Amino acid sequence: MGHYLSSTQSQRREMLDALGIDSMEELYSSVPRELITKNGFELPEGKSELEVDRLMRNMAGKNTQFSAVFRGAGAYSHYIPAIVGTVVSKETFLTAYTPYQAEISQGVLQAIFEYQSMICRLTGMDVSNASVYDGASATAEAVAMCRDKRRSKVIISSAAHPEVIKTIKTYCWAAGAAVELAPSNNGATDLAALESMIDDKTACVHIQQPNYFGIIEDCERAGQIAHASGAKFIMGINPIAAAILKTPGECAADIAVGEGQPLGMPLSYGGPYLGFMAANSSMMRKLPGRIVGETVDTDGNRAYVLTLQAREQHIRREKASSNICSNQALCAMTAAVYMAAMGPEGMKNAAIQCMSKAHYLASRLEEIKMPLKYGGQFFHEFVTACPDGLDAKRLIECLGADHGILGGLPIEDNCILWCCTEMNTKEEIDRLINVLAENLAEKGGRG
Amino acid sequence: MELLFEKSKEGRSCTILPACDVPVAAVEAGAARQTPLTLPELSENDLSRHYSELERRAHGVNNGFYPLGSCTMKYNPRVNESVAALPGFTNIHPLQPDVSAQGCLEALYLADKYLCGITGMDDMTFQPAAGAHGELTGVMLIKKYHEKRGDTGRIKIIVPDSAHGTNPATAAMCGMSVVNIPSGPDGCVDLEKLRAAVGDDTAGFMLTNPNTLGIFEKNILDITRIIHDAGGLNYYDGANLNAIMGIVRPGDMGFDCVHLNLHKTFSTPHGGGGPGSGAVGCKKLLSPYLPVPRVRLKEADGKYKYYQEYDFPDSIGKVKAFSGNFLVTLKALTYIITLGREGIPEAAQNSVLNANYLMKLLSKRYKVVNDGFCMHEFVLTLQNEAKEYGFTAMDIAKALLDHGIHPPTMYFPLIVPEALMVEPTETESKETLDKAADIFLEIYDQAIENPEGIHGLPKTTPIGRPDEVRAARSPVLRA
Repeated sequence: MGHYLSSTQSQRREMLDALGIDSMEELYSSVPRELITKNGFELPEGKSELEVDRLMRNMAGKNTQFSAVFRGAGAYSHYIPAIVGTVVSKETFLTAYTPYQAEISQGVLQAIFEYQSMICRLTGMDVSNASVYDGASATAEAVAMCRDKRRSKVIISSAAHPEVIKTIKTYCWAAGAAVELAPSNNGATDLAALESMIDDKTACVHIQQPNYFGIIEDCERAGQIAHASGAKFIMGINPIAAAILKTPGECAADIAVGEGQPLGMPLSYGGPYLGFMAANSSMMRKLPGRIVGETVDTDGNRAYVLTLQAREQHIRREKASSNICSNQALCAMTAAVYMAAMGPEGMKNAAIQCMSKAHYLASRLEEIKMPLKYGGQFFHEFVTACPDGLDAKRLIECLGADHGILGGLPIEDNCILWCCTEMNTKEEIDRLINVLAENLAEKGGRG
Repeated sequence: MELLFEKSKEGRSCTILPACDVPVAAVEAGAARQTPLTLPELSENDLSRHYSELERRAHGVNNGFYPLGSCTMKYNPRVNESVAALPGFTNIHPLQPDVSAQGCLEALYLADKYLCGITGMDDMTFQPAAGAHGELTGVMLIKKYHEKRGDTGRIKIIVPDSAHGTNPATAAMCGMSVVNIPSGPDGCVDLEKLRAAVGDDTAGFMLTNPNTLGIFEKNILDITRIIHDAGGLNYYDGANLNAIMGIVRPGDMGFDCVHLNLHKTFSTPHGGGGPGSGAVGCKKLLSPYLPVPRVRLKEADGKYKYYQEYDFPDSIGKVKAFSGNFLVTLKALTYIITLGREGIPEAAQNSVLNANYLMKLLSKRYKVVNDGFCMHEFVLTLQNEAKEYGFTAMDIAKALLDHGIHPPTMYFPLIVPEALMVEPTETESKETLDKAADIFLEIYDQAIENPEGIHGLPKTTPIGRPDEVRAARSPVLRA
């Protein structure tokens, strides 16, 4: 039977003696007898570490690891520099709590301060918090920052990630705020339609850049439309793309948010990931969650502390800017180590390679009669239709089952959402095209 | 210590990526970034030393005793970490077809089953990423329940004044107003005040049990009945489950919904503030409203297959993308499987034993708020000392830093002046508790002798006490 207790049986006996009692049960004398669980609960007997290791390896073995991944849609397969794993598995970083005691937490606080600084530099914004749960909840929190009694309507682009839209809707339903979707046209947000929807009750407009379909949106224009009617502009960005695309700061966004997973976090079946949030300075005191600030100690030495806590739940209770307490601190540190290891040139290089490989794949797909569905400029994702008479889902399943390739994501209208990153070699892309071409020929022949 | 940015040298770099092997594509000028990207430029050696230095300026459970009340800083088993690092889990895309993610789905299914057993709930979701996120999800379930019954006048959430700040903040995010009820003289819920607070407008009641004073609410069955009789639902904040896991089940106490802090009770590390996991369990009456997808098991052709079910039309939707902090859930599952049926209650009992033993030792000098036995934690008050000698809970906490002990939670619960909330957890040995008690008592005696001296502590930490007022008044939040 497994356990992590440190006191021996005889030490436990000594402690019971010191308390003047005979058994552990007496410690629970304040618990009504009828509540004590009699026959336990559905749980197997405990196990040794080796047994557990075998069992969990066996479980992991029931998953399929694909040799090539052409699927993104909110979770991206990127190369993670070896130093990233080494740093974030350091025991102290792993096991520390939230850095309440600044005197013995400078390491964690400085690492978060550096993370905040890098997020500001990446997004072109003034101030970043220490992270929230993920990109979707970050967006929902950003929307909440913009709403007030006078302005409660929320407009989200229908070309944003479906899970982001769903999460915003859930948060807004709970808070009693209306959400409207701006339609899209040719794979991009319909800005003319957006302009006609927006009014003086609109709290904010949210656009994702690049959007769910991979298309690069005209965010500068979207921001102008939002600001013209006094609404805030929230830009959801991919942090790798941000190295080469116009920044939220350059698009005059009030808040920048996004999913930080591409910054060094493995796919991990959806988490833990990282919600990053940065804002312009006028919205600083509305940001949710922890923020690290610089100060000095009693001797005048530079020091870091959790600050602006008057926003937070443990001080403000029901008047807090959010209920968030724990965040994704270790993931924020992961992102910081990733960005520092890549450096400015490495980040740009990763972005350019993602984009280049996606464009190469798109051109090869076009050769086999799977042309782009939308005309707009795209980053590292794009949509193709599936040739007539073929089922996208089945085509993609066959790539997986027979060739170990995780193909693009089948989406509505029998289309496929493809993704490339720096991980996809030319050879891999060419192999995918060959396999697809064979499939198409075979299925087409059977027609 | 220098920042990464101060160590940066133009032209220095790591070599991570190969040359691009396809024709290079470029962003059209109108969409391209204008501002230079000013990230630090460093070698791998620079990075390695920087973070090693930062690590030395931090304190984790691996460095020493960490009796931070309400946070359950137990030992974080390393087999959990090695399991969560298996490529068979880390390389799995969240949108892989179910047939190719059977291991992940099995993990979620088992965690659901085991934790429902431990809590006495019927269904569970692992989508919430932290305790507060779980609370948000739970209160949303309660809101949806009333809404679906057309009972739309239920807009109030009742919380005791000893509650964590996340409880009222959560209620407010769900558009609910918050009714704070004062605790009785014994630190427990005052039944009369509770009866007076409930009514047709009661949506629900949020409670930790044991409560934040480390006391088991002995009237818990009356409490939950009062709420149910008024038409409200009971929400269990799982922050303090460690004291009772495997011994008493929230479901049997009359709770309809719980959240668990897997990063407290179920041994996953806190990571300097996250990631956690705020799994939410509920009774059948709330199951239709749980976030989607939910993991199911079906039999087909004599084989069992796990799959994700999205078809719950009354679901609140999503509170986060995908399936939550999956690897955290996986670590918690590894822990549950290790401890098993006997180990879970044994851990709870030993957390209570350790707390009572330490409480007894500290009561030689310190004023303990609890009467009789405590549960997994207890609360000290330095109110008299602050008045008579001029040293505070903060001073004791800061003095502990010089002895390699992480201080207890300070100034919480809010109902106790000059509070120190101590939670040793079950993974500490008797020697650690004896030694810690000696240090606590020695600090106390020194403070009585020389109250001025303690204000200047700590002396041996990387920095002295920071100027928090300056940090908030003139914020410097980035380099």
